[in-house]
Amino acid sequence: MLKVSGLHVRFGQAHILQGVSLELGEKPLAIVGRNGMGKTTLCGSVAGLVPASEGEITLDGARLNGLAPYRVARLGVALVPQGRRTFPSLSVHEHLKLVSQGKGARWNVERIYETFPRLAERRNNGGTELSGGEQQMLAISRALLMNPKVVVMDEPSEGLAPVIVDHLIGVLRDLPKDGMRLLLVEQNLRVATEVAEDVAIMVTGRIAATMPARQLAEDSETQRRYLGVAAGAHH
Amino acid sequence: MGVNDRMDLAATIVLNGLTLAALYFIVASGFSLIFGLMRVVNMAHGSLYLVAGYVGYAVFEPLYDRDVWWAWYAGLAAGIAAAAIAGALMQKLLLGWMQGQELRQALVTIGVSIIAADQLLALYGGNPRQFFAPDAIFGSTQVPLVGGYPTFRLVQIGIAVAVGVSLWLLLNRTRLGMMIRAGVDDREMLGACGVNVPLVGVAVFALGAALCGIGGIIGSTAQPLAMGQDGRFLLISLVVVIVGGMGSVTGTAVGAVLVGLAEQLGQALFPTYSVILTFVIMVAVLALRPQGILGRA
Repeated sequence: MLKVSGLHVRFGQAHILQGVSLELGEKPLAIVGRNGMGKTTLCGSVAGLVPASEGEITLDGARLNGLAPYRVARLGVALVPQGRRTFPSLSVHEHLKLVSQGKGARWNVERIYETFPRLAERRNNGGTELSGGEQQMLAISRALLMNPKVVVMDEPSEGLAPVIVDHLIGVLRDLPKDGMRLLLVEQNLRVATEVAEDVAIMVTGRIAATMPARQLAEDSETQRRYLGVAAGAHH
Repeated sequence: MGVNDRMDLAATIVLNGLTLAALYFIVASGFSLIFGLMRVVNMAHGSLYLVAGYVGYAVFEPLYDRDVWWAWYAGLAAGIAAAAIAGALMQKLLLGWMQGQELRQALVTIGVSIIAADQLLALYGGNPRQFFAPDAIFGSTQVPLVGGYPTFRLVQIGIAVAVGVSLWLLLNRTRLGMMIRAGVDDREMLGACGVNVPLVGVAVFALGAALCGIGGIIGSTAQPLAMGQDGRFLLISLVVVIVGGMGSVTGTAVGAVLVGLAEQLGQALFPTYSVILTFVIMVAVLALRPQGILGRA
């Protein structure tokens, strides 16, 4: 289980995370909230990229915060970062080889190419010669190949065409079958509520409320109050 | 002077320029590699040249005195190893702690270069030394147009080509190379992929220093090794990578050829002002293409 307790992050004077606590078990958890509420910072601290000034992050009892990013990754946390951050100098195939754990692993390069045939076609293309959707598939593949215990995804649907978002939702819903736990940060309420069973709402560096995804999807009053969504779950 | 004589002279100047370029490329490629991944402007790069030269010589001399045929090769190996170890220690003990603070790192490496120069002077004294190349690559070879030409200087070109090809293969065909390129793009994300980036950094520093070490031995075989050459080779490395483009192997090669040819051409045509030509090229590149001829913007 991934457990975040009393997490504070400060950048100079700015108090970005103000005591975030959450638990991620088998069920995928989505975090929603408006811009600037600290969602990306939370992803960064779980992945070890952003140092915490207070609090604790543990995975199955092992403390993660304070460790170098590569150690956090090796303990089983993979990050699909905001903006994808694929490597411009590496081809698609090189991205996959870089993190691949060999043919015997549950997620291996072959399975990635079966799941994302588009990446197989683009295997020799550079990381920047891909469309937004292809880059996102590559960033997700990079995380899956690490066969992590927890996948942290920061706005995977951002800037993607609706048909690709549907494909993405399918992929994300299948993750628990491989024993992966998913922490999903999303602005797109439809993605969040269709993929996750529980949704946490983040407001100014705190978790303001946690509720079943279905409940949030139907509660337009809560949506309006915390997320500024005018009507329904579709936007 | 007849037409033939001029042709011969031109050919000799070009060949001299290329052999000099070969040496510059070997030294500067290490500098460029370190800058590319680590963003460290290693002002102690010239010190690594001296370290390799002196340590290599300390191993070479007693063997050479006993007429051992592999004395030079032993010196080469020792010099490369000494430079690589010095580079790795520098990254591990000093620069790794201030990753991303480029100015501080540059200042620290200046400090290292001053200390290194004094320590080497105290240890080895101020007399110039020179390696003698093994028989197999000593003597002279007939080159069309030029006539008899020192074999070792031709070997120098061969070594530079080998270094360039190996470096290209390493960067483009190996796992370490993938890590280095990915690290140049996005260090933080590379770490999040489970790669021990600080360790890759130490490896890159050792590799870049080893290249400078090769240069140190080759250079001290072609010309005497003496105090002050740390500054010379640092300056040349800077000019070469500024002209060619930081962090690109091909760019470093182009920069080295331009600088080497300009230096020889200048010395033949207007000896007094030859140094200026190199800097004229640098200024022209900075004015027209600040990222270097093959550098990425």
